[in-house]
Amino acid sequence: MVQLALPKNSKVNKGKAWPVKDGGTRMKTFKIYRYDPEKGGNPYWDSYQIDLDNCGPMILDALFKIKNEIDPTLAFRRSCREGVCGSCAMNIGGRNTLACTKAIEDVAGKDITISPLPHMPVVRDLVPDLSQFYAQYASIEPWLHTTEAEPQTEYTQSPEDREKLDGYYECILCASCSTSCPSYWWNGDRYLGPAALLQAYRWLVDSRDQAKDERLNALEDPFKLYRCHTIMNCTNVCPKGLNPAKAIADVKKMMVDRA
Amino acid sequence: MSASWKDPRPMSPHLQIWRWHPAMLSSILHRASAIISYVALFLVAIGVLSIALTGRLPLEGLIYSPLGAVGLFVFLFAFIFMAFAQIRHNIWDRGHMFTAELNNMLSYGMILLALVIAGYLTGSMAAWVQNAAAGG
Repeated sequence: MVQLALPKNSKVNKGKAWPVKDGGTRMKTFKIYRYDPEKGGNPYWDSYQIDLDNCGPMILDALFKIKNEIDPTLAFRRSCREGVCGSCAMNIGGRNTLACTKAIEDVAGKDITISPLPHMPVVRDLVPDLSQFYAQYASIEPWLHTTEAEPQTEYTQSPEDREKLDGYYECILCASCSTSCPSYWWNGDRYLGPAALLQAYRWLVDSRDQAKDERLNALEDPFKLYRCHTIMNCTNVCPKGLNPAKAIADVKKMMVDRA
Repeated sequence: MSASWKDPRPMSPHLQIWRWHPAMLSSILHRASAIISYVALFLVAIGVLSIALTGRLPLEGLIYSPLGAVGLFVFLFAFIFMAFAQIRHNIWDRGHMFTAELNNMLSYGMILLALVIAGYLTGSMAAWVQNAAAGG
């Protein structure tokens, strides 16, 4: 259901401007979303200034600098630091991306605004609750379904069939795409969202999988698949350069072709 | 989800922080243009019906005023833009043209072209009305 404004408990108040720790010649202001469940109350924007000459080049470096040198209470997820794990997905300068692969210099605007992935319940600061997102991923049954007896060695696949998975298997499930989608914002409880649907397509085109019909039946629903209106936010923001919008269109085409 | 937001935890900001890109703008415009077209075509139908029944166009003064010209421009823009967007959807439905860059460029192109065509048609019609009023 479309609700353009934030609920009452989610309005973001003005927070505190943290004092500058060490001056510098290349100071940059980071406006960061803060929410502390222990304190309660509404979330707020805190701002921090750091010297880019004394900071690594990526947004994640800046977040570490803030956490290590200015405010140790700042919470965010991170792990691999090289765009593989997807943990540090967040909204940076108005677009979802990975903090570890986004260069500070590539973010437009004078100040840099950082908030959690959009339209999600916030656990703390930049950490959203992705339980629903993972449940939706699980619902497409992302594993091989076969009806025949298991082969003695491995399931074979021709190089041409293997190529069909390119552009899909690389998804790291960072949730940048799903949480960028207005249809997912308004119908996230029923629409599967770009990430789960891209994964669904990945299994639909896998030549080794033998449950194409069952998989399509499971997606044949006014909400699960057809809430995609090709707004293309997903494709615009995917930090791995994948194309969920095309995958969804191809699933829709499969539905038509089998009818 | 947000209408029934019962979670004690806050919902993270969405539209409030989102930096729009052209494809998103054209998607929203497509929806808006459909609504405007519905309303405008309904009004046109009333006008035609009224001419057929009474021989007169209701609110003639308003329709031929500058405000009427603005209304006509909005209607024409919405109608033309919607036609472009429908064609684009047809291409998408065949699984083509899904590059983000191409769609962003195309979105600007569609908006610009619809503005130009709507502007030209509105200008031509306004000139024709003025001509007719002057007895030309």
